[in-house]
Amino acid sequence: MISYGHHRYPGRLFVVEGTDGSGKSTQLSLLYQWLKSEGYSVFFSEWNSSPLVKDTTRRAKKRRLFTPTTFSLLHATDFADRTERDIIPPLKAGAIVLADRYIYTAFARDVARGCDRAWVRETYKFAVKPTAAFFFRAPLDVAIDRIVSARPQLKFYEAGMDMDWADDEEDSFKIFQGKILEEYDHMISEFGLTVVDATQPIPTQQRQMREIVSRYLKDKLKEKAVAVR
Amino acid sequence: MKEMEFYGTALPNIEIGPYAGKLIVIEGTDGVGRSTHVALLRTWLESAGYAVLDTGMTRSILAGRGIKDARSGHTLGRLTMQLYYATDFADRLENEILPALRAGFVVLTDRYIYSAIARAVVRGADPNWIRAIYGIALVPDAILYLRVQTAEELASRVLTSGRGFDYWESGMDLGLGNDYYDSFVAYQKLLLKEFERMKTEYNFEVIDASKPVKRVAAALRRSIKRLIEVDPVAASEPIVNESVKTEPREKSVPPTVPAPTVKPVEPRAAEQKLRT
Repeated sequence: MISYGHHRYPGRLFVVEGTDGSGKSTQLSLLYQWLKSEGYSVFFSEWNSSPLVKDTTRRAKKRRLFTPTTFSLLHATDFADRTERDIIPPLKAGAIVLADRYIYTAFARDVARGCDRAWVRETYKFAVKPTAAFFFRAPLDVAIDRIVSARPQLKFYEAGMDMDWADDEEDSFKIFQGKILEEYDHMISEFGLTVVDATQPIPTQQRQMREIVSRYLKDKLKEKAVAVR
Repeated sequence: MKEMEFYGTALPNIEIGPYAGKLIVIEGTDGVGRSTHVALLRTWLESAGYAVLDTGMTRSILAGRGIKDARSGHTLGRLTMQLYYATDFADRLENEILPALRAGFVVLTDRYIYSAIARAVVRGADPNWIRAIYGIALVPDAILYLRVQTAEELASRVLTSGRGFDYWESGMDLGLGNDYYDSFVAYQKLLLKEFERMKTEYNFEVIDASKPVKRVAAALRRSIKRLIEVDPVAASEPIVNESVKTEPREKSVPPTVPAPTVKPVEPRAAEQKLRT
Protein backbone atom coordinates (compact mmCIF):
# COMPACT_ATOMS: atom_id res chain seq x y z
CA MET A 1 0.00 0.00 0.00
CA ILE A 2 1.36 3.36 -1.02
CA SER A 3 0.51 5.81 1.71
CA TYR A 4 2.85 8.34 3.17
CA GLY A 5 0.39 9.55 5.80
CA HIS A 6 2.59 8.85 8.79
CA HIS A 7 6.06 8.88 7.38
CA ARG A 8 9.18 8.19 9.35
CA TYR A 9 11.55 10.08 7.13
CA PRO A 10 14.30 12.07 8.78
CA GLY A 11 13.31 15.31 6.97
CA ARG A 12 10.71 17.91 7.92
CA LEU A 13 7.80 19.25 5.92
CA PHE A 14 6.35 22.70 6.55
CA VAL A 15 3.46 24.00 4.53
CA VAL A 16 1.70 27.34 4.22
CA GLU A 17 -1.94 27.71 3.32
CA GLY A 18 -4.41 30.53 3.01
CA THR A 19 -6.45 32.45 0.50
CA ASP A 20 -4.70 34.41 -2.21
CA GLY A 21 -3.44 37.69 -0.87
CA SER A 22 -2.94 36.39 2.64
CA GLY A 23 0.80 36.95 2.42
CA LYS A 24 1.69 33.29 2.90
CA SER A 25 4.23 33.16 0.06
CA THR A 26 6.09 36.14 1.49
CA GLN A 27 6.23 34.41 4.86
CA LEU A 28 7.48 31.18 3.33
CA SER A 29 10.30 32.86 1.47
CA LEU A 30 11.36 34.64 4.64
CA LEU A 31 11.41 31.30 6.39
CA TYR A 32 13.44 29.85 3.55
CA GLN A 33 16.08 32.57 3.86
CA TRP A 34 16.33 32.04 7.57
CA LEU A 35 16.67 28.23 7.38
CA LYS A 36 19.29 28.56 4.66
CA SER A 37 21.33 31.01 6.70
CA GLU A 38 21.10 28.63 9.66
CA GLY A 39 22.78 25.98 7.53
CA TYR A 40 19.90 23.67 6.71
CA SER A 41 19.34 22.00 3.39
CA VAL A 42 16.00 23.40 2.22
CA PHE A 43 13.81 22.50 -0.73
CA PHE A 44 11.00 24.61 -2.08
CA SER A 45 7.91 23.05 -3.60
CA GLU A 46 5.10 24.95 -5.24
CA TRP A 47 1.54 24.13 -6.17
CA ASN A 48 1.17 23.26 -9.88
CA SER A 49 4.80 22.47 -10.39
CA SER A 50 4.87 19.19 -12.26
CA PRO A 51 6.40 19.80 -15.69
CA LEU A 52 4.62 16.81 -17.20
CA VAL A 53 1.15 17.74 -16.06
CA LYS A 54 1.64 21.46 -16.62
CA ASP A 55 0.95 21.34 -20.36
CA THR A 56 -2.33 19.54 -19.84
CA THR A 57 -3.42 21.98 -17.14
CA ARG A 58 -2.50 25.00 -19.21
CA ARG A 59 -4.35 23.72 -22.26
CA ALA A 60 -7.41 22.81 -20.22
CA LYS A 61 -7.55 26.23 -18.63
CA LYS A 62 -7.18 27.98 -21.94
CA ARG A 63 -9.82 25.87 -23.65
CA ARG A 64 -12.01 25.69 -20.56
CA LEU A 65 -12.21 21.93 -20.54
CA PHE A 66 -12.54 21.44 -16.79
CA THR A 67 -15.46 20.26 -14.73
CA PRO A 68 -15.16 20.34 -10.92
CA THR A 69 -14.24 16.64 -10.97
CA THR A 70 -11.58 16.79 -13.66
CA PHE A 71 -10.20 20.01 -12.16
CA SER A 72 -9.84 18.15 -8.89
CA LEU A 73 -8.33 15.00 -10.41
CA LEU A 74 -5.82 16.77 -12.62
CA HIS A 75 -4.60 18.81 -9.68
CA ALA A 76 -4.33 15.60 -7.67
CA THR A 77 -2.25 14.16 -10.52
CA ASP A 78 0.02 17.17 -10.37
CA PHE A 79 0.25 16.87 -6.63
CA ALA A 80 1.12 13.16 -6.88
CA ASP A 81 3.99 14.00 -9.19
CA ARG A 82 5.10 16.69 -6.79
CA THR A 83 4.95 14.18 -3.92
CA GLU A 84 6.86 11.46 -5.76
CA ARG A 85 9.44 13.84 -7.22
CA ASP A 86 9.84 16.89 -4.98
CA ILE A 87 8.70 15.87 -1.53
CA ILE A 88 9.53 12.24 -0.71
CA PRO A 89 13.15 12.17 -1.95
CA PRO A 90 14.33 15.27 0.00
CA LEU A 91 12.47 14.08 3.10
CA LYS A 92 14.23 10.74 2.82
CA ALA A 93 17.52 12.56 2.47
CA GLY A 94 16.80 14.42 5.69
CA ALA A 95 16.15 17.84 4.17
CA ILE A 96 13.56 20.45 5.06
CA VAL A 97 10.81 20.80 2.49
CA LEU A 98 8.77 23.99 2.31
CA ALA A 99 5.51 23.77 0.40
CA ASP A 100 3.59 26.78 -0.82
CA ARG A 101 0.03 25.41 -0.73
CA TYR A 102 -0.66 21.79 0.00
CA ILE A 103 -3.60 19.37 0.05
CA TYR A 104 -5.71 21.86 2.03
CA THR A 105 -5.84 24.13 -0.99
CA ALA A 106 -7.42 21.30 -2.95
CA PHE A 107 -9.81 20.46 -0.12
CA ALA A 108 -10.96 24.07 0.13
CA ARG A 109 -11.21 24.77 -3.56
CA ASP A 110 -12.67 21.51 -4.79
CA VAL A 111 -15.31 21.36 -2.09
CA ALA A 112 -16.19 25.02 -2.78
CA ARG A 113 -16.76 23.86 -6.36
CA GLY A 114 -19.17 21.17 -5.20
CA CYS A 115 -16.96 18.06 -5.01
CA ASP A 116 -17.77 15.66 -2.22
CA ARG A 117 -15.75 16.40 0.92
CA ALA A 118 -14.95 12.77 1.74
CA TRP A 119 -14.12 11.89 -1.86
CA VAL A 120 -11.54 14.67 -2.21
CA ARG A 121 -9.90 13.72 1.08
CA GLU A 122 -9.74 10.08 0.02
CA THR A 123 -8.12 11.02 -3.30
CA TYR A 124 -5.27 12.75 -1.47
CA LYS A 125 -4.73 10.00 1.06
CA PHE A 126 -1.27 9.31 -0.34
CA ALA A 127 0.00 12.73 0.76
CA VAL A 128 2.72 13.08 3.37
CA LYS A 129 1.45 14.47 6.65
CA PRO A 130 3.21 17.81 7.21
CA THR A 131 5.33 18.44 10.28
CA ALA A 132 3.38 21.68 10.67
CA ALA A 133 0.84 23.44 8.48
CA PHE A 134 0.37 27.20 8.80
CA PHE A 135 -2.90 28.76 7.82
CA PHE A 136 -2.57 32.49 7.16
CA ARG A 137 -5.97 33.78 7.91
CA ALA A 138 -7.10 37.14 6.62
CA PRO A 139 -10.68 38.41 6.78
CA LEU A 140 -12.45 37.97 3.47
CA ASP A 141 -12.65 41.66 2.55
CA VAL A 142 -8.95 42.19 3.28
CA ALA A 143 -7.92 39.23 1.12
CA ILE A 144 -10.18 40.29 -1.73
CA ASP A 145 -8.96 43.88 -1.62
CA ARG A 146 -5.34 42.75 -1.77
CA ILE A 147 -5.89 40.56 -4.82
CA VAL A 148 -8.29 42.68 -6.78
CA SER A 149 -6.09 45.74 -6.40
CA ALA A 150 -2.96 43.80 -7.34
CA ARG A 151 -4.32 42.16 -10.46
CA PRO A 152 -5.73 43.83 -13.54
CA GLN A 153 -7.93 40.87 -14.40
CA LEU A 154 -9.02 37.71 -12.67
CA LYS A 155 -8.68 34.47 -14.57
CA PHE A 156 -11.66 32.33 -15.46
CA TYR A 157 -11.17 29.41 -13.05
CA GLU A 158 -9.50 31.57 -10.43
CA ALA A 159 -12.67 33.63 -10.26
CA GLY A 160 -14.83 30.51 -10.21
CA MET A 161 -16.55 31.63 -13.41
CA ASP A 162 -17.11 27.98 -14.36
CA MET A 163 -19.67 27.73 -11.57
CA ASP A 164 -22.13 30.34 -12.84
CA TRP A 165 -22.41 31.97 -9.45
CA ALA A 166 -22.33 35.46 -10.91
CA ASP A 167 -21.98 37.17 -14.28
CA ASP A 168 -19.22 39.46 -13.14
CA GLU A 169 -15.71 38.13 -12.43
CA GLU A 170 -15.24 40.16 -9.30
CA ASP A 171 -18.61 39.13 -7.84
CA SER A 172 -17.97 35.51 -8.68
CA PHE A 173 -14.51 35.70 -7.14
CA LYS A 174 -15.94 37.08 -3.90
CA ILE A 175 -18.46 34.27 -3.65
CA PHE A 176 -15.77 31.71 -4.41
CA GLN A 177 -13.31 33.09 -1.86
CA GLY A 178 -16.05 33.18 0.75
CA LYS A 179 -16.74 29.48 0.24
CA ILE A 180 -13.01 28.71 0.31
CA LEU A 181 -12.51 30.57 3.57
CA GLU A 182 -15.41 28.68 5.09
CA GLU A 183 -13.76 25.37 4.12
CA TYR A 184 -10.43 26.47 5.58
CA ASP A 185 -12.12 27.32 8.86
CA HIS A 186 -13.56 23.81 9.01
CA MET A 187 -10.12 22.33 8.49
CA ILE A 188 -8.40 24.12 11.37
CA SER A 189 -9.48 21.55 13.93
CA GLU A 190 -9.85 18.66 11.46
CA PHE A 191 -6.17 18.79 10.50
CA GLY A 192 -4.70 20.76 13.36
CA LEU A 193 -3.68 23.74 11.25
CA THR A 194 -1.66 26.45 12.97
CA VAL A 195 -3.53 29.69 12.47
CA VAL A 196 -1.52 32.85 11.90
CA ASP A 197 -3.36 36.15 11.92
CA ALA A 198 -2.40 37.55 8.53
CA THR A 199 -3.39 41.09 9.44
CA GLN A 200 -0.43 41.39 11.82
CA PRO A 201 2.79 43.09 10.69
CA ILE A 202 4.99 40.86 8.54
CA PRO A 203 7.85 40.55 11.10
CA THR A 204 5.40 39.54 13.84
CA GLN A 205 3.99 36.73 11.70
CA GLN A 206 7.48 35.59 10.76
CA ARG A 207 8.54 35.50 14.40
CA GLN A 208 5.59 33.25 15.26
CA MET A 209 6.39 30.99 12.37
CA ARG A 210 10.09 30.64 13.26
CA GLU A 211 9.25 29.96 16.87
CA ILE A 212 7.06 27.00 15.89
CA VAL A 213 9.37 25.69 13.18
CA SER A 214 12.38 25.75 15.49
CA ARG A 215 10.63 23.32 17.85
CA TYR A 216 10.94 20.63 15.20
CA LEU A 217 14.51 21.31 14.19
CA LYS A 218 17.44 19.41 15.51
CA ASP A 219 21.13 19.96 15.07
CA LYS A 220 21.23 16.53 13.49
CA LEU A 221 19.36 17.95 10.49
CA LYS A 222 22.05 20.55 10.09
CA GLU A 223 24.88 18.03 10.10
CA LYS A 224 23.00 15.95 7.59
CA ALA A 225 22.53 18.98 5.40
CA VAL A 226 26.24 19.71 5.46
CA ALA A 227 27.00 16.11 4.62
CA VAL A 228 24.64 16.21 1.63
CA ARG A 229 26.44 19.17 0.19
CA MET B 1 -35.15 4.29 -19.31
CA LYS B 2 -32.96 3.42 -16.39
CA GLU B 3 -31.95 5.49 -13.40
CA MET B 4 -28.27 6.34 -13.14
CA GLU B 5 -26.53 4.37 -10.47
CA PHE B 6 -23.00 5.14 -9.32
CA TYR B 7 -20.51 2.96 -7.47
CA GLY B 8 -19.80 5.61 -4.87
CA THR B 9 -19.97 9.35 -4.71
CA ALA B 10 -21.84 10.73 -7.67
CA LEU B 11 -20.28 13.51 -9.71
CA PRO B 12 -21.01 17.06 -8.64
CA ASN B 13 -22.73 19.47 -10.97
CA ILE B 14 -24.13 16.91 -13.33
CA GLU B 15 -27.66 16.11 -14.20
CA ILE B 16 -28.56 12.76 -12.68
CA GLY B 17 -31.64 11.16 -14.04
CA PRO B 18 -32.93 8.34 -16.16
CA TYR B 19 -31.10 7.58 -19.38
CA ALA B 20 -32.22 5.90 -22.55
CA GLY B 21 -28.94 4.40 -23.76
CA LYS B 22 -26.93 1.38 -22.68
CA LEU B 23 -23.44 1.29 -21.24
CA ILE B 24 -21.66 -1.88 -22.30
CA VAL B 25 -18.16 -2.54 -21.05
CA ILE B 26 -15.74 -4.87 -22.78
CA GLU B 27 -13.06 -5.75 -20.26
CA GLY B 28 -10.08 -8.04 -20.35
CA THR B 29 -6.33 -8.16 -20.11
CA ASP B 30 -3.92 -7.03 -22.81
CA GLY B 31 -3.99 -8.95 -26.07
CA VAL B 32 -7.31 -10.61 -25.46
CA GLY B 33 -8.96 -9.06 -28.52
CA ARG B 34 -11.05 -6.30 -26.96
CA SER B 35 -10.61 -3.72 -29.71
CA THR B 36 -11.38 -6.29 -32.42
CA HIS B 37 -14.65 -7.15 -30.72
CA VAL B 38 -15.60 -3.55 -30.03
CA ALA B 39 -15.22 -2.86 -33.76
CA LEU B 40 -17.32 -5.90 -34.70
CA LEU B 41 -20.03 -5.03 -32.22
CA ARG B 42 -20.14 -1.48 -33.41
CA THR B 43 -20.79 -2.55 -37.01
CA TRP B 44 -23.41 -5.02 -35.88
CA LEU B 45 -25.24 -2.52 -33.68
CA GLU B 46 -25.15 0.21 -36.27
CA SER B 47 -26.57 -2.05 -38.92
CA ALA B 48 -29.38 -2.78 -36.48
CA GLY B 49 -30.08 0.95 -36.29
CA TYR B 50 -28.43 1.84 -33.01
CA ALA B 51 -26.25 4.88 -32.62
CA VAL B 52 -22.97 3.81 -31.07
CA LEU B 53 -20.26 5.68 -29.24
CA ASP B 54 -17.09 3.79 -28.61
CA THR B 55 -14.53 4.97 -26.14
CA GLY B 56 -11.49 3.68 -24.32
CA MET B 57 -8.62 4.59 -22.07
CA THR B 58 -6.46 7.64 -22.87
CA ARG B 59 -8.89 8.90 -25.50
CA SER B 60 -10.04 11.95 -23.55
CA ILE B 61 -9.58 15.40 -24.99
CA LEU B 62 -8.39 16.63 -21.62
CA ALA B 63 -5.73 14.13 -20.60
CA GLY B 64 -5.20 11.71 -23.49
CA ARG B 65 -2.24 13.50 -24.98
CA GLY B 66 -0.57 14.14 -21.65
CA ILE B 67 -0.78 10.47 -20.68
CA LYS B 68 0.68 9.38 -24.00
CA ASP B 69 3.57 11.81 -23.62
CA ALA B 70 4.18 10.61 -20.08
CA ARG B 71 4.06 6.96 -21.11
CA SER B 72 6.54 7.40 -23.92
CA GLY B 73 8.99 9.00 -21.53
CA HIS B 74 8.38 6.48 -18.70
CA THR B 75 8.95 9.36 -16.36
CA LEU B 76 5.92 9.60 -14.14
CA GLY B 77 5.62 7.87 -10.80
CA ARG B 78 2.98 5.26 -10.13
CA LEU B 79 0.57 7.39 -8.15
CA THR B 80 0.82 10.16 -10.67
CA MET B 81 0.05 7.80 -13.53
CA GLN B 82 -2.93 6.31 -11.72
CA LEU B 83 -4.43 9.73 -11.06
CA TYR B 84 -3.75 10.80 -14.63
CA TYR B 85 -5.79 7.82 -15.79
CA ALA B 86 -8.57 8.74 -13.38
CA THR B 87 -8.60 12.26 -14.85
CA ASP B 88 -8.86 10.81 -18.34
CA PHE B 89 -11.72 8.59 -17.23
CA ALA B 90 -13.64 11.41 -15.53
CA ASP B 91 -13.34 13.60 -18.60
CA ARG B 92 -14.72 10.89 -20.88
CA LEU B 93 -17.44 9.99 -18.40
CA GLU B 94 -18.72 13.54 -18.07
CA ASN B 95 -18.23 14.76 -21.61
CA GLU B 96 -18.75 11.66 -23.73
CA ILE B 97 -20.30 8.72 -21.93
CA LEU B 98 -23.06 10.40 -19.91
CA PRO B 99 -24.22 12.76 -22.70
CA ALA B 100 -24.29 9.84 -25.15
CA LEU B 101 -26.30 7.69 -22.75
CA ARG B 102 -28.78 10.48 -22.14
CA ALA B 103 -29.15 10.83 -25.90
CA GLY B 104 -29.95 7.14 -26.21
CA PHE B 105 -26.66 5.87 -27.63
CA VAL B 106 -25.23 2.46 -27.01
CA VAL B 107 -21.86 3.19 -25.48
CA LEU B 108 -19.24 0.52 -26.05
CA THR B 109 -16.25 1.04 -23.89
CA ASP B 110 -12.98 -0.74 -24.41
CA ARG B 111 -12.03 -1.21 -20.72
CA TYR B 112 -13.61 0.73 -17.90
CA ILE B 113 -12.55 1.30 -14.31
CA TYR B 114 -11.70 -2.36 -13.68
CA SER B 115 -8.52 -2.39 -15.74
CA ALA B 116 -7.43 0.82 -14.06
CA ILE B 117 -8.11 -0.68 -10.63
CA ALA B 118 -6.29 -3.92 -11.46
CA ARG B 119 -3.23 -2.10 -12.77
CA ALA B 120 -3.09 0.15 -9.73
CA VAL B 121 -3.50 -2.67 -7.21
CA VAL B 122 -0.85 -4.78 -8.93
CA ARG B 123 1.44 -1.76 -8.52
CA GLY B 124 0.88 -1.58 -4.80
CA ALA B 125 -1.93 0.95 -4.55
CA ASP B 126 -4.37 0.66 -1.69
CA PRO B 127 -7.38 -1.21 -3.19
CA ASN B 128 -9.82 0.91 -1.19
CA TRP B 129 -8.16 4.14 -2.25
CA ILE B 130 -8.35 3.45 -5.97
CA ARG B 131 -11.92 2.13 -5.69
CA ALA B 132 -13.00 5.26 -3.82
CA ILE B 133 -11.59 7.48 -6.56
CA TYR B 134 -13.47 5.51 -9.19
CA GLY B 135 -16.61 5.73 -7.08
CA ILE B 136 -17.63 8.43 -9.56
CA ALA B 137 -18.19 5.74 -12.19
CA LEU B 138 -21.63 4.87 -13.47
CA VAL B 139 -22.59 1.23 -12.92
CA PRO B 140 -22.72 -0.22 -16.46
CA ASP B 141 -25.62 -2.15 -17.95
CA ALA B 142 -23.28 -5.03 -18.73
CA ILE B 143 -19.64 -5.88 -18.10
CA LEU B 144 -18.48 -8.48 -20.58
CA TYR B 145 -15.17 -9.88 -19.44
CA LEU B 146 -13.12 -11.53 -22.17
CA ARG B 147 -11.19 -14.12 -20.27
CA VAL B 148 -8.33 -16.38 -21.17
CA GLN B 149 -7.04 -18.97 -18.74
CA THR B 150 -3.35 -18.32 -18.79
CA ALA B 151 -0.90 -15.48 -19.24
CA GLU B 152 1.11 -17.67 -21.63
CA GLU B 153 -1.87 -17.75 -23.96
CA LEU B 154 -2.00 -13.95 -23.94
CA ALA B 155 1.70 -13.81 -24.73
CA SER B 156 1.33 -16.04 -27.78
CA ARG B 157 -1.65 -13.94 -28.93
CA VAL B 158 0.36 -10.75 -28.66
CA LEU B 159 3.16 -12.35 -30.65
CA THR B 160 0.96 -13.73 -33.42
CA SER B 161 -0.77 -10.37 -33.78
CA GLY B 162 2.59 -9.03 -34.92
CA ARG B 163 2.46 -6.20 -32.43
CA GLY B 164 5.15 -7.46 -30.13
CA PHE B 165 5.47 -6.64 -26.46
CA ASP B 166 4.87 -3.15 -25.21
CA TYR B 167 6.74 -1.70 -22.22
CA TRP B 168 3.62 -1.03 -20.15
CA GLU B 169 1.64 -4.11 -21.21
CA SER B 170 4.62 -6.12 -20.08
CA GLY B 171 4.71 -4.34 -16.75
CA MET B 172 8.39 -3.58 -17.28
CA ASP B 173 8.16 -0.79 -14.70
CA LEU B 174 7.60 -3.45 -12.05
CA GLY B 175 10.82 -5.35 -12.57
CA LEU B 176 9.10 -8.73 -12.55
CA GLY B 177 11.26 -10.46 -15.12
CA ASN B 178 14.54 -10.22 -16.91
CA ASP B 179 13.08 -9.78 -20.36
CA TYR B 180 9.83 -8.67 -21.97
CA TYR B 181 8.44 -12.19 -22.22
CA ASP B 182 9.05 -13.16 -18.59
CA SER B 183 7.83 -9.81 -17.40
CA PHE B 184 4.72 -9.92 -19.58
CA VAL B 185 3.74 -13.36 -18.30
CA ALA B 186 4.37 -12.49 -14.67
CA TYR B 187 2.53 -9.18 -14.95
CA GLN B 188 -0.50 -10.54 -16.81
CA LYS B 189 -0.75 -13.33 -14.26
CA LEU B 190 -1.13 -10.76 -11.52
CA LEU B 191 -3.73 -8.89 -13.54
CA LEU B 192 -5.70 -12.08 -14.25
CA LYS B 193 -5.79 -12.72 -10.53
CA GLU B 194 -7.15 -9.24 -9.87
CA PHE B 195 -9.80 -9.69 -12.54
CA GLU B 196 -10.87 -12.98 -10.94
CA ARG B 197 -11.25 -11.14 -7.68
CA MET B 198 -13.36 -8.41 -9.28
CA LYS B 199 -15.51 -10.85 -11.22
CA THR B 200 -18.00 -11.39 -8.40
CA GLU B 201 -17.49 -8.01 -6.78
CA TYR B 202 -18.64 -6.19 -9.91
CA ASN B 203 -20.74 -8.90 -11.48
CA PHE B 204 -18.77 -9.58 -14.66
CA GLU B 205 -20.25 -11.76 -17.33
CA VAL B 206 -17.42 -14.06 -18.35
CA ILE B 207 -16.91 -14.72 -22.05
CA ASP B 208 -14.41 -17.41 -22.95
CA ALA B 209 -11.95 -15.59 -25.16
CA SER B 210 -9.85 -18.65 -25.96
CA LYS B 211 -12.37 -19.62 -28.63
CA PRO B 212 -12.08 -18.44 -32.26
CA VAL B 213 -13.04 -14.81 -32.93
CA LYS B 214 -16.28 -15.83 -34.60
CA ARG B 215 -17.50 -17.78 -31.59
CA VAL B 216 -16.48 -15.05 -29.15
CA ALA B 217 -18.27 -12.47 -31.28
CA ALA B 218 -21.43 -14.60 -31.27
CA ALA B 219 -21.28 -14.97 -27.50
CA LEU B 220 -20.93 -11.20 -27.09
CA ARG B 221 -23.90 -10.58 -29.38
CA ARG B 222 -26.00 -13.05 -27.42
CA SER B 223 -25.27 -11.19 -24.20
CA ILE B 224 -26.07 -7.83 -25.71
CA LYS B 225 -29.33 -9.11 -27.21
CA ARG B 226 -30.54 -9.62 -23.69
CA LEU B 227 -30.21 -5.89 -23.10
CA ILE B 228 -31.51 -4.43 -26.31
CA GLU B 229 -33.85 -5.53 -29.02
CA VAL B 230 -32.07 -6.37 -32.20
CA ASP B 231 -34.20 -7.16 -35.20
CA PRO B 232 -32.65 -10.31 -36.69
CA VAL B 233 -33.39 -9.19 -40.27
CA ALA B 234 -32.05 -5.68 -39.93
CA ALA B 235 -28.87 -6.74 -38.22
CA SER B 236 -26.99 -8.96 -40.57
CA GLU B 237 -24.01 -10.57 -39.00
CA PRO B 238 -20.87 -8.77 -39.94
CA ILE B 239 -18.37 -10.87 -41.80
CA VAL B 240 -15.82 -11.97 -39.32
CA ASN B 241 -12.34 -12.06 -40.61
CA GLU B 242 -9.87 -13.75 -38.32
CA SER B 243 -7.17 -11.30 -39.28
CA VAL B 244 -9.33 -8.27 -38.70
CA LYS B 245 -7.25 -5.45 -37.35
CA THR B 246 -8.58 -2.41 -35.66
CA GLU B 247 -6.70 0.71 -34.94
CA PRO B 248 -7.82 2.34 -31.75
CA ARG B 249 -9.23 5.69 -32.73
CA GLU B 250 -7.25 8.67 -31.60
CA LYS B 251 -10.16 10.32 -29.96
CA SER B 252 -13.85 10.01 -30.24
CA VAL B 253 -15.93 13.06 -30.74
CA PRO B 254 -18.57 13.57 -28.09
CA PRO B 255 -22.00 13.54 -29.55
CA THR B 256 -23.29 17.05 -29.67
CA VAL B 257 -26.06 16.52 -32.16
CA PRO B 258 -29.37 15.09 -31.01
CA ALA B 259 -29.30 11.35 -31.35
CA PRO B 260 -31.29 9.67 -34.06
CA THR B 261 -34.14 7.54 -32.85
CA VAL B 262 -32.33 4.63 -31.40
CA LYS B 263 -34.90 2.04 -30.79
CA PRO B 264 -36.65 0.87 -33.94
CA VAL B 265 -40.14 2.16 -33.23
CA GLU B 266 -42.79 -0.48 -33.38
CA PRO B 267 -45.87 0.65 -35.26
CA ARG B 268 -48.21 -0.31 -32.45
CA ALA B 269 -46.29 1.58 -29.86
CA ALA B 270 -46.30 4.62 -32.11
CA GLU B 271 -50.06 4.40 -32.56
CA GLN B 272 -50.59 4.20 -28.84
CA LYS B 273 -48.46 7.24 -28.35
CA LEU B 274 -50.57 9.15 -30.86
CA ARG B 275 -53.75 8.20 -29.09
CA THR B 276 -52.62 9.36 -25.65
